[in-house]
Amino acid sequence: MPSVKIKKHSPDNDMTPFVDVAFLILSFFMLATKFKPEEPIEVTTPNSVSSQILPEKDAFMVSIDKEGRVFISMDNPQSRQVLIQNVNQSRGLGLGPAEIKNFVNSPTVGVPLSKLKGLLSLDQEDDATDKAFKEQEGIPCADSTGGELSYWVREALVAYSGRKLNLLIKSDNNTKYPAFKYVLSAFKVNDQNKFLLVTSPEDAPIGTSLYETRQKQIMGGDK
Amino acid sequence: MASIDSGGDGGGHKKGPGVKKAKKLSTKVDMTPMVDLGFLLITFFIFTTTMSQPTAMNLFMPKDVDKPEEQNKVKESGAFTIMLGKDDVIYFYEGMDPAAPGNFRTATFKTIRDEIIRKKKSTNPDDLVMIIKPTQDATYKNTVDILDEMTINEIKRYAMVDISSVEYQLVKITEAAAGIK
Repeated sequence: MPSVKIKKHSPDNDMTPFVDVAFLILSFFMLATKFKPEEPIEVTTPNSVSSQILPEKDAFMVSIDKEGRVFISMDNPQSRQVLIQNVNQSRGLGLGPAEIKNFVNSPTVGVPLSKLKGLLSLDQEDDATDKAFKEQEGIPCADSTGGELSYWVREALVAYSGRKLNLLIKSDNNTKYPAFKYVLSAFKVNDQNKFLLVTSPEDAPIGTSLYETRQKQIMGGDK
Repeated sequence: MASIDSGGDGGGHKKGPGVKKAKKLSTKVDMTPMVDLGFLLITFFIFTTTMSQPTAMNLFMPKDVDKPEEQNKVKESGAFTIMLGKDDVIYFYEGMDPAAPGNFRTATFKTIRDEIIRKKKSTNPDDLVMIIKPTQDATYKNTVDILDEMTINEIKRYAMVDISSVEYQLVKITEAAAGIK
């Protein structure tokens, strides 16, 4: 009787399709990727059903981390320049051109005005500077008039003079409500009452009236 | 096959025992380093990419008005006050009097939706106003969640205001009774 022959497989099997798929995924990620902007503080935003895309231009963002520290950032370098020059003059901070340049280059700032010069005079190339930016103590605003934050808001509005400025508030899940309220009051003393809260997207729960409305919009064709 | 033959026969190579044969290179190139690098890049891009675009949620706060006659009046039948307490607990009451017996009740973020829907159905849409009062123990997530709940249930009129001391006392008492520290 002939014995059953086991067909011998070659030890190196063809990897080509596998590699093809891998490179397809690679090219997908390369095209789809958008690098996270570098931020010295970590903020996890809550979810909301809002589908509005966050405006990236003309934005003045106030970030609150989970300990209630408040930071400001602006997207436009020119406005940042105007902002810091105005603050420098009216508050007599005595910043030099190099320190102003540092402010324009730094993404997020959150120190009391009295300590701003100390922070900005640090060497940008130094590793310790990164640490100092991470450990900023936050802009003081813990009272009903908004403290120094209201001052920053006013100067930001002046720097944008007339153009529409989107006021963004980005806050952490675990931030206590009073910290958020103080930020709101800092805007309120400047007569600013429209905000955009930065959130992560989420679907409307099934069966609710918003869900029904959205379904109808999809069925009825896009307007 | 696809190999490039640069020498060629036209050059007049002599075949013979003295002429070394050109070594035939395999057409298969070792792909392993390239594939390694490819996967390295994949992992890099997977980790750095941000897939979900952040969205923006509108929040309109009312202007401060000094004169009481300029303030908006809320009808008693249409008022629904939601207070956000510690540990993600919600307290709510209908009408104007939180201290009325049986009026001050407790809910969670799961059950509050049913209460809102019930109130919305039983009230004239023109009168319905939801008043949101976060206490100092509430988190930002609670606040956004409840504002979101307004959007989900399509409540047209709602306001976020500070909590009054009477209400905060009631919240405190209820929390103490429920054993929330």
